Amino acid sequence: MASLDDLKKRIASVKSTQKITKAMKMVAAAKLRKAQESAEKGRPYSEKMNNVILNLSSGISDKENAPKLLAGTGQDKVHLCVVMTSDRGLCGGFNSNIIKKAKSYFSKILDENKELKIITVGSKGNDQLKRIYGDKIIENISFKESKNANYFDADKVGKIIIEKFEAGEFDVCTIFYNKFKNVITQIPQTQQIIPLNDEGSENSSDESYEFEPDEDEILSNLLPKNISTQIFKAMLENSASEQGSRMSAMDNATRNAGEMVDKLTIEYNRSRQAAITKELIEIISGAESL
Amino acid sequence: MSEEFKIEIVNPEKSFLVKEDVSEVVVPAFEGEMGILKDHISIISFLKPGIIKVISKSGDENYYVEDGIVEFKNNNLSILTSSIYNLSDMDKSVQQDLLKKAEEEVGKSDINDQAKYLVDQKIEVLKTLN
Repeated sequence: MASLDDLKKRIASVKSTQKITKAMKMVAAAKLRKAQESAEKGRPYSEKMNNVILNLSSGISDKENAPKLLAGTGQDKVHLCVVMTSDRGLCGGFNSNIIKKAKSYFSKILDENKELKIITVGSKGNDQLKRIYGDKIIENISFKESKNANYFDADKVGKIIIEKFEAGEFDVCTIFYNKFKNVITQIPQTQQIIPLNDEGSENSSDESYEFEPDEDEILSNLLPKNISTQIFKAMLENSASEQGSRMSAMDNATRNAGEMVDKLTIEYNRSRQAAITKELIEIISGAESL
Repeated sequence: MSEEFKIEIVNPEKSFLVKEDVSEVVVPAFEGEMGILKDHISIISFLKPGIIKVISKSGDENYYVEDGIVEFKNNNLSILTSSIYNLSDMDKSVQQDLLKKAEEEVGKSDINDQAKYLVDQKIEVLKTLN
């Protein structure tokens, strides 16, 4: 059995760990509220953007000559995957869930003998992916300096993607991120942004719009913006998910530390009592022998 | 019959402005300024740098925008923009910063005609503000 001193030290160390996890949980809770708020506030923009694009694309009569960002290159050979993770650890399964989802998608693409290119956003994803897919990663973007997800950063990522698309470096672009459902549940999402998937387009009205200038010009102006908007939406969802995931992970850690402290304290008390009993027996048997 | 309609300005971070009692809005559309009144035909257009003028019973408001999309439908005007400032509380120093950035950009050699046109517009608008 460990000595009393050792036990005392361990209890102290577990207690200080508990203090840290508790503080992290509270910080995450505060940040979560903010992140959740901005995720909710950001929704109208991406929804409206989507609506406008749907209305526009339903108005396009000549599908053949539609902008490539909307219709695709007509090929399906090179896939670009944008994996969005956090820059910091200690947030439970948050990063691993995205990576797991991404990896299964990667192996599917490679099985079909297609070319794979990866952009990682956030350093944690890069750390986990570079061991297996190191040669596939073409870019690693990290926003450690910016505190909150902001549109400026998203725009930067969007511009990189569009640049590569225009240079003909890939045909299909997919982004991976966590969608925030609630504090305990975050759902890893796969979303194809190039070419644009027009799911749910049946709700677009057939009302005719007047366009100024013409549809093509508006679309070619709008689509790059939409990429940035989708990235931004993913970033907002991601940051809310990260904080939520961290909060529940730290809550668990705090509880576990508490249990451990209880167990160690019992052990400590028992061994202290044993030492006292032992000493008493020694004294009594010493007195008896006289 | 009331002559009012609803305007909603959103930027990526939040819903910037919602107003129900607007009688006229003037937006700097790509091909020139465009005034929108109630029962305008459904229209989609995009913006160049300029001033959005919102005229309503509760007073006029002016906003400076750099880009954006306008959609008008069923007497709902939505403006999506990534950079918008309320002129009444826009700092002179912010204007100067934007102006300086725009002037730097116009001096670049790899700028294309359309971008140059937009930046020129921006500079012009910013200069008239000062």
